[in-house]
Amino acid sequence: MSDVAEIIKRHKALSVSPLKASQTLGAALAFLGFRGAIPMLHGSQGCTAFGKVFFVRHFREPIPLQTTAMDQVTTIMGSEDSVIEGLRTLCEKHAPLLIGLPTTALSETQGSDVNMAVREFRKLHPAFAAVPVVPVSAPDFSGCLETGFAKALEAIISTLVPSAHSAGTVPGRRQRQVNVLVGSSLTPGDLEELKDIIEQFGLRPVLLPDLSDSLDGHLGADQFSPLTIGGAEVSELQTLGDARATLVIGASLHMAADLLHELTGVPDFRLDHLMGLEAVDGLMLALHEISAEAVPERIERQRAQLHDAMLDCHFMLGMSRFALAGDPDLIHAFSEFLHGVGAEVVVAVSSVNAPVFARSGLAEIKIGDLEDLERSARERGVDVLVTNSHGVEPARRLGRPLVRAGFPQYDLLGGYQKTWIGYRGSRQTLFDLANLLLELGKGEIHPYRSIYAQKPEYQEAVNHGSAEAFAAGVPRQ
Amino acid sequence: MKQKDIAVLLDEPACAYNKKSKSGCAKPKPGATAGGCAFDGAQIALLPIADVAHIVHGPIACAGSSWDNRGTRSSGARLFRMGMTTDLTEQDVIMGRGEKRLFHSIKQAVKDHQPAAVFVYNTCVPALIGDDIAAVCKEAEARWGTPVVPVDAAGFYGTKNLGNRIAGETMVRCVCGTREPDPLPEAASVGGIEIHDVCLIGEYNIAGELWHVLPLLDELGLRVLCALSGDARYREVQTMHRSRANMMVCSKAMINVARKLKEAFGTPWFEGSFYGVGDVSQALRDFARLIGDSDLAARTEALIEREEARIDLGLRPWRERLSGRKALLYTGGVKSWSVIAALQDLGMEVVATGTKKSTEEDKARIRELMGQDAVMIEDGNPRALLKIVRDNNVDVLIAGGRNMYTALKARIPFLDINQEREFGYAGYVGMLELARQLVLTIDSPVWDAVRRPAPWAQMRPPVPGGQRIMPTGVDTPAEVAQGDVGRG
Repeated sequence: MSDVAEIIKRHKALSVSPLKASQTLGAALAFLGFRGAIPMLHGSQGCTAFGKVFFVRHFREPIPLQTTAMDQVTTIMGSEDSVIEGLRTLCEKHAPLLIGLPTTALSETQGSDVNMAVREFRKLHPAFAAVPVVPVSAPDFSGCLETGFAKALEAIISTLVPSAHSAGTVPGRRQRQVNVLVGSSLTPGDLEELKDIIEQFGLRPVLLPDLSDSLDGHLGADQFSPLTIGGAEVSELQTLGDARATLVIGASLHMAADLLHELTGVPDFRLDHLMGLEAVDGLMLALHEISAEAVPERIERQRAQLHDAMLDCHFMLGMSRFALAGDPDLIHAFSEFLHGVGAEVVVAVSSVNAPVFARSGLAEIKIGDLEDLERSARERGVDVLVTNSHGVEPARRLGRPLVRAGFPQYDLLGGYQKTWIGYRGSRQTLFDLANLLLELGKGEIHPYRSIYAQKPEYQEAVNHGSAEAFAAGVPRQ
Repeated sequence: MKQKDIAVLLDEPACAYNKKSKSGCAKPKPGATAGGCAFDGAQIALLPIADVAHIVHGPIACAGSSWDNRGTRSSGARLFRMGMTTDLTEQDVIMGRGEKRLFHSIKQAVKDHQPAAVFVYNTCVPALIGDDIAAVCKEAEARWGTPVVPVDAAGFYGTKNLGNRIAGETMVRCVCGTREPDPLPEAASVGGIEIHDVCLIGEYNIAGELWHVLPLLDELGLRVLCALSGDARYREVQTMHRSRANMMVCSKAMINVARKLKEAFGTPWFEGSFYGVGDVSQALRDFARLIGDSDLAARTEALIEREEARIDLGLRPWRERLSGRKALLYTGGVKSWSVIAALQDLGMEVVATGTKKSTEEDKARIRELMGQDAVMIEDGNPRALLKIVRDNNVDVLIAGGRNMYTALKARIPFLDINQEREFGYAGYVGMLELARQLVLTIDSPVWDAVRRPAPWAQMRPPVPGGQRIMPTGVDTPAEVAQGDVGRG
């Protein structure tokens, strides 16, 4: 393992079996973690339609998503009016609590000035002055889902969180409140677990965004809602400056964390991920310091259970070979987690480069697609693939099992709800991976059929080709 | 089974324990006994015979908690993986319907699965209520035309070891010699070498490890008439009497089989092991020696030279990682000296070895390998083992699966060497897997991780404002700050 990972850039023209999901989608997803929200993508209607299907299949939930529906005319003549009209329509029809306005490659290429359009909207429609609108530049010609998610969070913070100076917030005034910035690599299941852990320290977590309250897959009382049915409260953004501390989960959120810290002065803890003993220890240590509470006994017990699972599973996971593909935070989390139990990450393919790789223990990270994953995996030999549902075909061709993680997971029920993090989630993940390896029957010795054997079921084989059997089974001099 | 028959079985002249009071077949002591019963031993010894319907005649506990629970592998027939039991009910016991149920059970097994033979294992309850399983088997065999062999090893007859012997005895008495070997296949003429028939006794093909050895035997022109009982077929067991030389593989369990086959058919036998480079070579040489074919001897030497050179090369990278690492060996059935040599081959230091089941002869060999001061562990209770591990800075404990969780709970790397294991270590190639598994556990990062105390365990309670993260102006109540931080 080298100290700094070698980043191998994209060197082919064609991306085959793409790994990357767009930055625009990532931005939309962040908005879906706020209650009463709706993202409106500034682009052609297809940008939204594809995105909607992408999330509907992943979460198996209705997904509120709108579009500025750029057409030939607006694309050539200027699309700001479409933005204004779209905002007005949403406000009139649905009275949303938050409108997210991610751009697309189309509107960015056109040079559409979204900020100007929003200013214009405010001027024209003062009746909707109370509806927060957050534009965010998220063209899909750069970045990936993870960066779009982060950018949206940055935009939400810079647009809607008041500075301590202007709002008079004081860090720690809300003694039990902890702001939690969570990246896109955490599932709603992860977020539920995280909230539960934080609450056990007697703290009140405010998750930003909170997909575990909007896209956790619950059957609500309301039959239809054009807006998100749960999530972080937009009004809560006013209180972030009074929190005792901020937890930041995911290296992709450092910019967002910097912004929040700058605005509010609330001290923060930054953790790259929450998979595996060491990472979760980091979380507990932080919560212990923030809350001044002892680590709860239940959590200590879960830690001891993870210990035990690590020992039980290391026989299978030790020296096992993994191929990972996904967005940077997820790759980083999985690789640290796997290294911690003696498994080897022999292939890592990331959708984009990221600063977090500078401290990853990986020898090499390929910026690429699932074809790259498949080729390297075949070349180097791997036991298990970890990537999104698009990994099904590569995994089938390689004859290796696939663990689905990241976006999208369209052929798996409850993928969004899987809990990978915390002592409990890490433990279950260890069991799942170790069981997969057990089923592979690694180290299983291939049956050898002696040419002389008196076993009745051999007779046919022996009569057919004893010389071949001999040549295949016996090392010749 | 009659008491006097059991006594005869317990008296095993070929066993070096026979003279000592602490025989492996000694009476179990209530309240201080580990290990299985005679039924367990009998079943485990014969279950690997793959094309036989193994019917356990008894209530559910006997088969229910033991079927399909062994690391043995088959290259074809899979019938042995099906658990079969008469699952006696209270009514069967009270009304004496056990025999009838058994008779119909045999019929069902024969009709549904066309087994090569049916083995019926007696258990405590039918033995106690007096089911005559021998008569039922005889009647069933006559009626359905499939060999039905009663294995009378009810649990209370004695220990697992006794059960092994009963099983072996049953094979010699009822099965061996009931069929002549197949004529040699045409393939036998390959290379124009003379083919000799041999048997392996007490080789269970755990994790398929026999398949590491069979290609070598094929190449040398040694036809394995039967491995009792790893990957065996009923018709192979039938021909064991025609063997030219028998090898007792790494286990005392069926020593009576080797002895009886010699008594009855004059087959010479030797004790050997397929663990470790030196022992594999020795076993091959012993076959050549007993058979007395000079051409075979010459070809054997050539094969040994080639294989040893090849495995030496293959083991080199592993030796680098294992050299100087310390092992504590506590084995059950596998001869401890055999594994010692294998570990030393890998450059490891064996600091102590279990000798509970070793003979004086074994111990002499251990001293030869480990020096006069070799630490021998007679009493392998977990505490004693752990103490030796701690005192000697042992890197890995090598023992049976039963001790696995003792090691793991004490946060000590562990290698399973008994019959439930998943990996085959026999033969030259098996050494590579052994090395790999040793490195896998010894060098795993999990040990450091679980030995480290929680990061908050030794921390001082957080002081408001004194930490990087604590916001100013927050009062932490003193009693909270001084809570029970630091425990654990």
